Amino acid sequence: MVKLSDDERAMLDGRDGAAVQKAMELLVRYADALGAEDFVYTNNVAGVPGSSPQWVKEYYAADGGDYRAVFSRFDLDSDEVVDVPRMNAFSCHLQGGMDPSMWQEQGMTEQAFANFQQDEAEVAAHGIQVLKTCTPYLAGNVPVMGEHCAWMESSAVVFCNSVIGGRTNCEGRESTSAAMLANRIPNFGFHRDEYRKGQHRVRVDVPVDSIFEWGMLGYFTGGAVEDTIPVLDGAISEQSLIRHKHFGAAAASSGGVEMYHMVGITPEAPSMEAAFGGAARGETFIYGPEERRAVYERLNSIGSSTDVDYVMLGCPHYSIEQIAEAARLIEGRKVNANAELWIFTSRAVKATAEASGYGDIFRAAGAKLMTDTCSAISQAVPKGTRVAALDSAKQVHYLPAMMGIEGWYGTTAECIDAACSGKWRGSLR
Amino acid sequence: MATVDVREPDIVIRGRKVVGGVVEGEALVTQQTISGWGGVNPMKGEVIESHHELRGQSFAGKILVFPGAKGSSGWSGVFHMTRLTDKAPLGMLFNITTTKAALGAVVLRVPTLTDFDIDPLDHIETGDRVRIDADKGEVLVWKKSV
Repeated sequence: MVKLSDDERAMLDGRDGAAVQKAMELLVRYADALGAEDFVYTNNVAGVPGSSPQWVKEYYAADGGDYRAVFSRFDLDSDEVVDVPRMNAFSCHLQGGMDPSMWQEQGMTEQAFANFQQDEAEVAAHGIQVLKTCTPYLAGNVPVMGEHCAWMESSAVVFCNSVIGGRTNCEGRESTSAAMLANRIPNFGFHRDEYRKGQHRVRVDVPVDSIFEWGMLGYFTGGAVEDTIPVLDGAISEQSLIRHKHFGAAAASSGGVEMYHMVGITPEAPSMEAAFGGAARGETFIYGPEERRAVYERLNSIGSSTDVDYVMLGCPHYSIEQIAEAARLIEGRKVNANAELWIFTSRAVKATAEASGYGDIFRAAGAKLMTDTCSAISQAVPKGTRVAALDSAKQVHYLPAMMGIEGWYGTTAECIDAACSGKWRGSLR
Repeated sequence: MATVDVREPDIVIRGRKVVGGVVEGEALVTQQTISGWGGVNPMKGEVIESHHELRGQSFAGKILVFPGAKGSSGWSGVFHMTRLTDKAPLGMLFNITTTKAALGAVVLRVPTLTDFDIDPLDHIETGDRVRIDADKGEVLVWKKSV
């Protein structure tokens, strides 16, 4: 069984109340399931605490059918319902189910919106930051190198580990909710030095220098190395936050990559040897012109009609830099009468976008700037959507399969052209 | 739980307990890792991922034998929901211990083992009768073909 400190033992014995006790009980079961020897302290937790669709609340009707019931019975997996106090750790709510003002355009019912509002009020009342984004690191939660975190959201996890050098496993809903109360998470996986070393090499032979190219390389990498840790070297340039964001999200969705190294670029890879923790091992995968073309074709294999009726940008949620770029591309143009353009971001970034005048540009063009969610998370696309255009390899991986629609992958400029013309004219140059 | 087989098991596999308990049922085996969110419909306990070899099949009431979990961090939440909808697997055997699979097994509360002496994917086929005694760290297999 997992070794407990005196403090952890006291939490398990109920010193800090029933909710913390139940949280610790769940974390002990989880640590034992992993075979973890002990816990690490964390004060940086991101999850989806207590938020639930109506049917889950109804399932717990006998327990009160409210936030308290769901948090106790589902999040803490407790057989008893307990009073849930304010969270003890610095806690953040990741993405949610709908836009707080444009939910009707997303096809949500009054009842679903009321449920959403009620959950959000409870989240805030429990001391949890209402970030409502898959990019917490763009909305006020930026870990530091070596910081132990407990995060959900695969694209945020891979960013935290790889780009920042923070330490988190790909946690789940129940473990993050428990960590919010107990400030603990099992000392397993990415919390440990020996687990953070590269396992396979990806040698990049074609220039990867734009966000579009970084996304394709990410999608290739996940397909090649699956859920192991790749070490990339070669013709990768022009790194920036948004390029890492797209690369990591793509690699996490095509293969389950939770950490990557880029030699001379990411903080735990000053050299090939450092990235591997010794001599290079595992396989070497080559990313050359043929592989690049194959990835592009795979991402575009579910598009056949060039009549685009929906363009979605903002997977992962757009940064202010990307919003500025989209505004520059669409300023003075109009979204086609047969198409819709939805752009997703966090509430924090939307506030900056409005202050910077981009909201006005989008409204004048007929585009909608939405927050909290995306089309895959909310399963909401404009009514009648048949063909979508996307600038995210992750979104094209998920959305068409989930919604039974066609999808195209291209650059942001190609997507905005498609929104304005209603036609897909993307190509690999 | 009474066993219908009076004969000795054909295979005995030993592993490490993830979640304790004893259960017996029919195996559903896949050589492919499983996605939770976006890969399983929790209302039916059914695999929905495109191109997955189990696509369209339900693991409800079966012993799910698979290499491990992949995909979204929503894995545990989706499998947890199958407990609410009565579509949960009866027990699980997986090879690769990840946070997703371990947490999923914990909140499913079904007998689960990992870290085996011999690979269950080489020895158990869909339809075989399997008894998991997770507390003892033991899997008994009766081949359907014998």
